[in-house]
Amino acid sequence: MKILVPLKRVSDPDNANKVKVTGGKLDASGLEWKPNPFDEYAVEAALRLTENGTNTKARVGEVVVVTFGPKEAETTLRAALATGADKAIRIDALDDALDGDVVARALKALVDKEKPDLVLLGKQAVDGDSNQVGQLLAEYLGWPQATFAASIKSNADKALIVSREVDGGALNLKLTLPAVVSVDLRIVAPKSVTSIHTPATHTYPDGVRFAALMAIMAAKKKPMTEVKLADLVTDAATKIKYTGFELPPSRKAGIKVKTVAELVEKLKNEAKAL
Amino acid sequence: MRYLFETEEHALLRKSIRGFADVHIAPFSAEWEEAEEFPKELYAKAGAAGVLGVSYPEQFGGGGGDITHAIAAGDEMIMRGRSVGVTVGIGSHGIALPPIIRLGTDAQRDRFVRPVLKGEKVSALAITEPSGGSDVARLKTRARRDGDHFVVTGSKTFITSGVRADFVTTAVRTGGDGHGGVSILVIEKGTPGFTVSRSLKKTGWWASDTAELSFDECRVPVGNLIGEENQGFYAVMVNFVAERVMLASQCVAISQLAYDEAVAYAKQREAFGKPIMGYQVLRHKLADMASRIAAARALVSELATRHVRGDEASGLAAMTKNVATDCCSFVCDGAVQIFGGYGYMRETLVERLYRDARLYPIGGGTREIMNEIICKTEGY
Repeated sequence: MKILVPLKRVSDPDNANKVKVTGGKLDASGLEWKPNPFDEYAVEAALRLTENGTNTKARVGEVVVVTFGPKEAETTLRAALATGADKAIRIDALDDALDGDVVARALKALVDKEKPDLVLLGKQAVDGDSNQVGQLLAEYLGWPQATFAASIKSNADKALIVSREVDGGALNLKLTLPAVVSVDLRIVAPKSVTSIHTPATHTYPDGVRFAALMAIMAAKKKPMTEVKLADLVTDAATKIKYTGFELPPSRKAGIKVKTVAELVEKLKNEAKAL
Repeated sequence: MRYLFETEEHALLRKSIRGFADVHIAPFSAEWEEAEEFPKELYAKAGAAGVLGVSYPEQFGGGGGDITHAIAAGDEMIMRGRSVGVTVGIGSHGIALPPIIRLGTDAQRDRFVRPVLKGEKVSALAITEPSGGSDVARLKTRARRDGDHFVVTGSKTFITSGVRADFVTTAVRTGGDGHGGVSILVIEKGTPGFTVSRSLKKTGWWASDTAELSFDECRVPVGNLIGEENQGFYAVMVNFVAERVMLASQCVAISQLAYDEAVAYAKQREAFGKPIMGYQVLRHKLADMASRIAAARALVSELATRHVRGDEASGLAAMTKNVATDCCSFVCDGAVQIFGGYGYMRETLVERLYRDARLYPIGGGTREIMNEIICKTEGY
């Protein structure tokens, strides 16, 4: 199976207080970049679908990672190559010239070229939280889609059973490939991804895998290509126009209460929550 | 904070080591320190994750990095694992393997290096003896040649991981007096006459075991001789520079951890109606701590860069070790002071770091021996 995983780098959510707004514009200087966590989960799920979990070095499929951004964004791709992805593509673009729609249209053009069996991606990026690319891409491709996957079962690499967590239980969808699937955080639980290539008895460690130094070094030799955004979309206009940014008002410090009675009193009379 | 020499590779490596330390060490560090032991299974887990082999050649199953990678990895182990004892215990091969890699035959490397980097075997280095540590040229443990064996008699002490070691890279006297009579033998657990005579109780580094070893007519096959007979002294001494880089970088990590704890505490602890961070006397103390850490880190950075480049750096290594150990003692003492009564309690991390810090001006060459080296390299 060939899987395309679009990745986005996001400013480190742990340093959200470093974000500055200057003259109504976001100032990204000095921010540390990290891969969007949901996209990392998608890479992990893609790797699990294209390997035998008991011998992860022998690949039985291909994982292609792609990102949009300037040259520095290649760091995000190399991190994915180090954990096991086979090939990387950077679509040269400026962060603020993108929105979910133009990304989805460019990805559609890339899918037409790369012909993956599956596009696997994070349900949303933790910076904009737009949650659009997967759905738009499926629509543009005319492919079946399943969003917020909590588990994926690959059936002979031709179809998937995708389980989505919904209120009161799980909703299981059967998709015929090719398809678009967006993943939620539970996709990296030890038994969330099953395929014919890995024995059913195998248990993965919880979470995403980490690269050993040797793999980090070897990742430098894996193929990394650059594509111009204009080569994929003739109309690079975004549908979303940002008119301005401002920081949320700073919150007042909380108070400590001494007794439950005091807490109840304050909830009732000050916060008027009771 | 990262070292100046770090690249994108170091950043990815840090992320991996952080992931390992967060899951496999941090949740248990306090418990293991109090128990004065960590589970032996941790070696296999660390081996599988590539943690043990970071700075070893790929041909022996290592990660292919150099000492700068080992420093970045050690930094994350201490900062995120929050147990110096575990970091140094699981890292005892950092001093036990280099002589074998440098002077051993391919067969010896396959036998001793590979299984250690996989976490299947535990290794230790034994040089110091009960009668003396700093004076390597005068070591007394005797190895007499008898046919296909060396017959070893003597004892070694303060051996990190010596209690659990499957083999010990041991400096012995095969020839006459002085440095020209020293050889290196790998002595394996289970060899008749080789016993762990004592497991030692220490001030700090509790989670790592420390042993006194005894050799009584212990017959070691000549195949376990590393390098040429009577040429061991040089191998022991060359190793010291790398060991001192690592010890100095551990001091930087410990200092940073203690400092971070102190800053966090000073922000939330109140006295006389305001957080103690509101007092200039305390802020200036923290500013001094931060400055000392920055200086030590910069020196470690320069030393590591020169070491990788192949410069002769024994004087600079001695200076760096002293600056870094002084920094560590200063910062840990200051952190305990900021924590006040809680800083004196075993439940507080800085209390433990304060005890861990006391090793560094002693181990891997004392502060005084470092100064002797500096005098020599400075030419007086």
